Amino acid sequence: MIVSCLFTLLSHWYRNPLQIFAYLSGVALATALWSGVQAINHEAKVSYRAAAQTLGEGQYDLIRPKQDKTISVLDYVKLRKSGWLVSPVVDGYLDNIRLLGMDPLTLPSSFLFSNANLTSSISGNDFFEVLMTNENTSKNFGPNVKVIIDKNVAPGMAVGDISLVQKLLNKSSITYLIVNPTQPLEQTELEEITPHLAIINTEQMTDISQLTDSFHLNLSAFGLLSFAVGLFIVHSTIGLAFEQRRAMMRSMRSMGVSLRTLIISVTTEMMILALVGAVLGIVLGYLIAGFLLPDVAATLRGLYGADISGTLQLRPDWWLSGLIIALLGTSLAMSSQIWQITKLPILTSAKPRAWMVVTTSYFTLQMKASVVLLTLGSVFAILFDGLVAGFAFLGALLIAAAIALPAFLAWCLRKLQKYANTPLWDWFWADTRQQLPGLSLALMALLLAVSANIGVSTMVSSFRLTFISFLDQRLAPELFLQVASKDQSFELNTFLSERGIEVLPLVSVETVISKQPAELFGIKVGDTYRENWRFLDAVESPWDTVQLGKAIIVNEQFARRTNLWVGDQVNISPNFTLPIAAIVGDYGNPKGQVIVNEELFSNLFPQLYPARFGIRTDNPAELQSQIINQIGIDKNSIIDQKSLKAFSMEVFERTFLVTSALNILTLGVASFAILMSLLTLADRRIPQLSPVWALGLTRSQLGKLELVRAVLLALFVVIFSIPTGLVLAWVLLNVINVKAFGWQLPMFLFPFEYLKLGLYAVCAAFLAATWPSLRLIKTPPSDLLKVFASER
Amino acid sequence: MVLNLNSIRKSYRTNEGNVSVLNDVSLNLLAGETLALRGESGSGKSTLLHIAGALELPDTGSVEIGGKELSKMDDTGRAAVRRKDIAIIFQHFNLIPSLNVAANINFQANLSGPVDKIKLEKIVSSLGLSDQMRKYPEALSGGQQQRVAIARALVTEPKLLLADEPTGNLDEQSAQSVLEQMLTLVAETNTALMVVTHSRNVAARMDKQLQLIGGRLR
Repeated sequence: MIVSCLFTLLSHWYRNPLQIFAYLSGVALATALWSGVQAINHEAKVSYRAAAQTLGEGQYDLIRPKQDKTISVLDYVKLRKSGWLVSPVVDGYLDNIRLLGMDPLTLPSSFLFSNANLTSSISGNDFFEVLMTNENTSKNFGPNVKVIIDKNVAPGMAVGDISLVQKLLNKSSITYLIVNPTQPLEQTELEEITPHLAIINTEQMTDISQLTDSFHLNLSAFGLLSFAVGLFIVHSTIGLAFEQRRAMMRSMRSMGVSLRTLIISVTTEMMILALVGAVLGIVLGYLIAGFLLPDVAATLRGLYGADISGTLQLRPDWWLSGLIIALLGTSLAMSSQIWQITKLPILTSAKPRAWMVVTTSYFTLQMKASVVLLTLGSVFAILFDGLVAGFAFLGALLIAAAIALPAFLAWCLRKLQKYANTPLWDWFWADTRQQLPGLSLALMALLLAVSANIGVSTMVSSFRLTFISFLDQRLAPELFLQVASKDQSFELNTFLSERGIEVLPLVSVETVISKQPAELFGIKVGDTYRENWRFLDAVESPWDTVQLGKAIIVNEQFARRTNLWVGDQVNISPNFTLPIAAIVGDYGNPKGQVIVNEELFSNLFPQLYPARFGIRTDNPAELQSQIINQIGIDKNSIIDQKSLKAFSMEVFERTFLVTSALNILTLGVASFAILMSLLTLADRRIPQLSPVWALGLTRSQLGKLELVRAVLLALFVVIFSIPTGLVLAWVLLNVINVKAFGWQLPMFLFPFEYLKLGLYAVCAAFLAATWPSLRLIKTPPSDLLKVFASER
Repeated sequence: MVLNLNSIRKSYRTNEGNVSVLNDVSLNLLAGETLALRGESGSGKSTLLHIAGALELPDTGSVEIGGKELSKMDDTGRAAVRRKDIAIIFQHFNLIPSLNVAANINFQANLSGPVDKIKLEKIVSSLGLSDQMRKYPEALSGGQQQRVAIARALVTEPKLLLADEPTGNLDEQSAQSVLEQMLTLVAETNTALMVVTHSRNVAARMDKQLQLIGGRLR
């Protein structure tokens, strides 16, 4: 019996191909954007895990040089002789491939390249002559390099014996030493054996997966938003399909189909179709992810220095999540319809009621629900501090705006109807109000898309303005250069001082301050800093106190992570505490920074010397050539201000490329929702329009009025979207950014951008309404006349 | 006895309070017997038909169809009675618009069990539907749609056929023709028929006539 019922239910779609297209494409679009984003996130996380496994990140303490780039073999030998169980690693790039040279005999066994793991896969003489790499990376090596494939090696990396990698990189030194967790009880202090080396504890290391969490969370939030927009199409189509089949279901019940059988049949039918839509969506999501992945990879490399695979794999983790969310979304969209079936009187009137007949009181109820939701969201955001609370508030804001929209539109239409001075316009406004229930879901989808666009574009553009101004502050020196040795540092300082050139030496060390990994900087306080740096908050004359060594400046990230602000004391080193004189904005930097004057820094770290310099000059090109010729600094170690700014801006633009792409896709989905709603409602419009046609309006006039209606409704939606989008932007800038990245941005308004976006939305609605309008214009009079015949 | 309604009472709750629709109604119908139920609009005719058709339950009283007491059954049980023992014809035909004529008839037949194809063809042919089987309901006239509804109802050989204003939506000529064909088929299959109608002409063609006034049968 279920098969018979299923066949009967499915026959509806066969007779309404446009509806099934709307339903399947709704599920597919919703699933596509969600699973595409999940695919990207998952690929990135797999890459982080593989990198951590390959590099042993976060598992072992490391020994690194305090300042120079490398460790000599002599240092390694000294440490081993003193009982230190350390293993040498050479790290470098051969073309674009990161090569890691390790010593399998001294390496802790959990490493991929440890002796224990190697014996099973490499044998005999090959032991010291092969590179382990994954399949994709292996294609980059020529026939001269022996490669064995190991899928566990992180993308873009190859691991081999230290001697082989040294030979390939043409290096004889060591990059760092891995400290075995088991060490002899009695050991000479590292400071005594190699004072220029330092231990970096695992907690001092930056966990790339933690660092990138917020980036992936943002992507997920966008995916979820797109899913919600897609779900509006699904909800709308399901609602219409159920409404149109109300009479069919009553007939089925009267013919002896039990309620249970009917519910099982309907659920099975919808789930089968959702499954088809979800599979289509996953394929589409795979294509979208493949298209976006190179940009995401570039962003992650630029922002966080994280390497992820540039190729996508079909992993069950993400496609299953796409499948599950599609089925859950469909279940959610159909749950109210199923509930209605249970309440469906078998036989009162077999005539279908007007689709979603809603009254003013229903709109008022929705408005009240919107206020309640917004209040709850705000209370939640106030009570629970954090990123999730921020996103919960954003969710509440968007849903509240969406459910308040029909009431707002009904109010606008009522006002306009009052001012209608001809019967035609009086009818037009009344008829538009009658269309609201059928179109409201698509209009809500448009609202979400436009609001998200306004919010995100305000955030990105505000960020861009702030970032440009920040670059102007930070990149005030005309030249930046890096020296290779202490002697070169001294020589450069002398060279520049003799010529009266303002030089800004920079010395830094990675350390832990207030239980947070941070970079401690020593700077020479001078006019450039005083004139260019703008603080978020500061005491009076902060530079004076810093210059005297009586205070520090911290970046915003550090201040927020440690919950310290201006005036609070910070423990710079054991038994040495200084107050914060100022907080400086430091956009785009994931790390916390603490700035002290150079004398204080050199007291704390006497062995360190300035390796980086900013130089003020009116003639950068000439000075650059003098430095290269007279001091012998490598050309590649000098960069001018213009190139650095251009590079920073490129990283910035790439960072938001994915966001912009998702924005456009979301708007596209919303336009599609309008098209589908208008098309699916088109048949139901005939009985409403036929009497007006019979009274003297031409089909062409009716078609044009349909277009005007779509454009006007889209315009009202845009008007409603602007405040919603601006609140969204405010939350993104003041809550989400602060929690996710550690910095707060000022908010700027971009009216021209909103105007442009509004125009896009109106054009999208116009295009969406064109097809249904043309269909109406071409409707044969015989079809319009059927309305008046009893046969209909 | 095909239908036995005993002391049926039914009331509805409205904004103005409880409205009693049926008040101690009893009636019997034997196999092959035909009954016309008349009454003014709102007199409770349709409610009585729904109760007889296992679509609604009375507040009090008993409903037996083919000896099965409905009040003791759940929704699934009553649905089974509707499938096997009852068929209903409606004023608005209630055909499934997305199924063609053949599928509409077969759907009801499939619900009840294996279809007797010879019988089906005979019914279809006697109703003049043989050439219409591939058409969808929207392409048929009102009279043709009601014939499809009759074919769909009788193909399962129900014990009881209930018809709610079966000719109410048809012109005089079609109404006459549909009524004739329905009565002929009912007589051939020895089916009990209860017709709710306003029409004196239709009522006059039945074995018995009853009138509902103030919720009571006269």
